[in-house]
Amino acid sequence: MEGTAVLGRLTWQVAQVTETRQETRRVKTIALDLDDWRGHRAGQHVDVRLTAEDGYQAERSYSIASAPEQGLELTVERLDDGEVSPYLVDELRNGDGLEIRGPIGGYFVWEARDMRPVFLAAGGSGVVPLMAIIRHRIAVGSSTPMRLLYSSRSLDDVIYRVELDQVAANDNGIEIVHTLTRAQPEGWSGYSRRIDNDMLREVAWSPSESPSVFVCGATRFVEAVAEGLVGLGYDPRSIKTERYGGTGG
Amino acid sequence: MSGFISRGFRGRRREDAPEGRVPPGQYLTDDFPVLSAGPTPHTPLEEWTFEIRSGGASVSWTWEEFRALPSETVTVDIHCVTKWSKLDTVWEGVPVETLLERVDDDSPYLLAFCDGGYTTNLPVEDVLDGKAWVAFAYGGEPLDPEHGGPARLLVPHLYFWKSAKWVRGFELRNEDEPGFWEQNGYHLYGDPWKEQRYWGD
Amino acid sequence: MQTEDMKLDGSAIGGMMLELFGREMTTAVSTCRSCGASGPLAVVDVYVQAPGTVVRCRTCESVLMKIVRGPDRTWIDFSGVRVIELES
Repeated sequence: MEGTAVLGRLTWQVAQVTETRQETRRVKTIALDLDDWRGHRAGQHVDVRLTAEDGYQAERSYSIASAPEQGLELTVERLDDGEVSPYLVDELRNGDGLEIRGPIGGYFVWEARDMRPVFLAAGGSGVVPLMAIIRHRIAVGSSTPMRLLYSSRSLDDVIYRVELDQVAANDNGIEIVHTLTRAQPEGWSGYSRRIDNDMLREVAWSPSESPSVFVCGATRFVEAVAEGLVGLGYDPRSIKTERYGGTGG
Repeated sequence: MSGFISRGFRGRRREDAPEGRVPPGQYLTDDFPVLSAGPTPHTPLEEWTFEIRSGGASVSWTWEEFRALPSETVTVDIHCVTKWSKLDTVWEGVPVETLLERVDDDSPYLLAFCDGGYTTNLPVEDVLDGKAWVAFAYGGEPLDPEHGGPARLLVPHLYFWKSAKWVRGFELRNEDEPGFWEQNGYHLYGDPWKEQRYWGD
Repeated sequence: MQTEDMKLDGSAIGGMMLELFGREMTTAVSTCRSCGASGPLAVVDVYVQAPGTVVRCRTCESVLMKIVRGPDRTWIDFSGVRVIELES
């Protein structure tokens, strides 16, 4: 279609898979190359479309994991009853094409010129767009205080674990707090329960610091955290949420 | 339509459709997808009524009165316009003609209305003669709210958007007035065997 | 899966709106005809597991938009939105 090149991000384009990396047992990062890719903002997502030989199609949205400075990478969790994620995690390989549309989103994005301290709350694979935000902050050399509260089932389910440990160890204004809700390793001294108001009170910025908040994960997780923060005195308009649907956290 | 094919992608569909049971363009499913256009209503049974409105008059049943009506168990195939079909589903419900018998009205059409605001239109002759029920049980269990409980309309010979969840009654009409989806591109009648999904099909 | 779990944000239809309107729409501000609440289209309740997409006001739950995509046509009902504000 002639107009496609002009439409660019407005419509479907075929990207090439250049690399895949297993992050955890069920989670994989997919690096993509796209001729027309004009960059993205931290927090945006793309739509992915799969087409079978008989024309059957399935579409899903996935948050971009990479910072704008790092090209295009998606991190996908394989859902057992999923239709698209098992293909992306188990079948897709280097050299394959993948139809994507985007980047999409103007609301759930963080820009380095926003100087407010940032509170990030992630439930499971909800960490993906928040990781893009963290990576972007580091890439541009920002010193905006940032704190991530990340809820996972167990240590083995923590996505980007090694990278997050390094980010925390570098101690340049980014703090990482984990909570492991189902299983904890021997000697674990961190949180070991679902995020609740007490935990938020201990970890989140004080509302008086006018923080900017990004919460991402399953719908129930996001709603519980957002309500908790509002209960602590946060201005609801400062809380941006991205609900993934589904259960768990 | 995309020209690009995703290598190795087949989707979640079953391929083993029995002869003549699956309408064109449909795929079989083993599970029972929950489709929803909004939050699940939770009307307490003490407040639930089923009402048939006819001109200025109406007749209604409380839950107890409704459950005291003769009901039957039926096994039917269902076909959703989103392309999944499910065979041999077992429901228990009150035949719609049992309810319509109580009303002296020969209007040709009805608009079904539901908790949550959903509506769908049907010709009256498509809900008589063993073609439709107000169903309160599925698979031997009381109908789950996610699947339309306490009661939903069941009209298996048409696409399943016509089987309105959380149904609370009918308005009898002289005109076939389009409901929630019929106003928005979906076919006024919806015969899956003629693949009547959208306007003009 | 409970219906409450299936509620998504406006960003879930960001791609579709991008394609239909030719611009980023999640930051457009809509006013609900029913209750008057205003906010970015990202901040709505979106139900995609249906014969079509239903966008509801997060404040009062009434329908803001209904979108049905056929093979060669798309139908959009905006009647639940009183006005949309876009950056020029």
